[in-house]
Amino acid sequence: MIRSKLLTSAIRTLRNIGSRFTERIWRMGAGARLFGLIVVSSGECLRRPRLVVREVYFTGVMSLIIILVSAFFVGMVLGLQGYNTLQTYGSSEAIGVLVALSLVRELGPVITALLFAGRAGTAITAEIGLMKATEQLSAMEMMAVSPIARVLAPRFWAGVIAMPILAALFCMVGVLGGYLVAVPLIGVDAGAFWSQMQASVDWQHDILNGMFKSVVFGVACTIIAIFEGYDAPPTAEGVSRATTRTVVTSSLVVLGLDFILTSFMINI
Amino acid sequence: MTQTTDPQNIVEIDNLSFGYKGRMLHQGINMAFPRGKVVAIMGGSGSGKTTLLRLIGGQLKPNKGQVRVEGQVVHQQSRDGIYQLRRKMGMLFQQGALFTDLSVYENVAFPMREHTDLPESMIHDLVLMKLNAVGLRGAHQLMPTELSGGMGRRVSLARAIALDPDIIMYDEPFAGLDPISMGVICDLIRTLNDALGATSIIVSHDVKETFSIADYVYFVAGGTVAAEGTPDDLRNSHLPFVHQFVHGEKDGPVPFHYAAADYKTELLGFEQRAFEHTRQLQE
Repeated sequence: MIRSKLLTSAIRTLRNIGSRFTERIWRMGAGARLFGLIVVSSGECLRRPRLVVREVYFTGVMSLIIILVSAFFVGMVLGLQGYNTLQTYGSSEAIGVLVALSLVRELGPVITALLFAGRAGTAITAEIGLMKATEQLSAMEMMAVSPIARVLAPRFWAGVIAMPILAALFCMVGVLGGYLVAVPLIGVDAGAFWSQMQASVDWQHDILNGMFKSVVFGVACTIIAIFEGYDAPPTAEGVSRATTRTVVTSSLVVLGLDFILTSFMINI
Repeated sequence: MTQTTDPQNIVEIDNLSFGYKGRMLHQGINMAFPRGKVVAIMGGSGSGKTTLLRLIGGQLKPNKGQVRVEGQVVHQQSRDGIYQLRRKMGMLFQQGALFTDLSVYENVAFPMREHTDLPESMIHDLVLMKLNAVGLRGAHQLMPTELSGGMGRRVSLARAIALDPDIIMYDEPFAGLDPISMGVICDLIRTLNDALGATSIIVSHDVKETFSIADYVYFVAGGTVAAEGTPDDLRNSHLPFVHQFVHGEKDGPVPFHYAAADYKTELLGFEQRAFEHTRQLQE
């Protein structure tokens, strides 16, 4: 009797795991299909660039405050921690290099993407989810206007354009934060700070690679946000869950992609 | 693909069956919507009235049978073909479905901007004319959040007729409105239909208002057309379902109680289970 109950319970658990796994696979396929449809339907964005410009304002410009303030604090913390470690080895002048490389290679693209997912990604998901729940997307369909071309594609391209610009601004403000801590506060030589940074940061291997990462993160975060909104059940609970999934999925995908991209960029 | 069809009818539904998730919503439905008429589809909640509108608009595909608009089978059209058909249609959604980030003016101008190359001055005049027709020219600068339910429905109606459609579909146009707004919408549906020479399809369960403007009514129940006729025919009908629906009776062919197990067994069964549980604990 007990053995039979255990067997039933084990089968049920396996079935649940299997069903969740297949659902994830299905969602990945649906997301990839939507990505393809958005790219194919992007002609409207080229014909009417104002649609994209408007979305760049909402996703990019409106995210500036959180990105810049975070960058400033991250830069200052890097300055403090870096100096604390480097002075042990007598190379505190290399603080500029440490701050710049950390930001340009890793922290800039990654933290910008995480903040973007939290600020702009959730807004995109909630907006599209609510448009679906209030039948605005259906109304558009009935007016013979494709919601993919008119609503989703402009938001997608806006995210892809905004992310590298935000990441670049994050790096600039982060370096400024590191400078303010290292030079005026701690007393590291300003010439050493800037010259070592200039000598060590490579245009192609550091800055271009960082920008490439941020473009990839932009594509990933925006498509996840759009898909979650478009796929959300048209209820308050459905939109709320979709918004949460946007942040969780985007964060995990960004960190996973960061590892994969870094492993290709660094020759060991 | 064009089928043999009566040119008098702008929309025809032929032996249509539709269902999803293993549940059939419609089975063998036949309807005809003559040009220039106001035709209502009535029935209880969940009887698939709105689904019929979505099938006419090509948002859903039937499992069997077909919907023909202007003689063309909707579900056999390509995406571009369906979009061409939809340009002849206007639809008023139950909640208005106004774009919340656009003003009243921009909402009405939306279909014109998307489908025409009209100069801005002409769009301006057309939008004001459409808003004037629904009595809201003075509200063109407001945002949808600043409108009452009835005003929102009227703006949505102005948007639906923006391109002078041949078919106007109304999904529950009277739901949740106060009596004055209801009367205004009621009057507008009939007036606009006659003024534009369009065909109106109303989905509703508000008997009094719908009967006052409809030329012909279909009653949908149990997945089929349960009754049809002019409002007067249906008012005098002795069919049990129609009688219950038209007169708003609590019990009848549509039962008051949702299907459930025997009341007594269910109540006593709980006591019995509680008693057994207590005895097990004592042992």
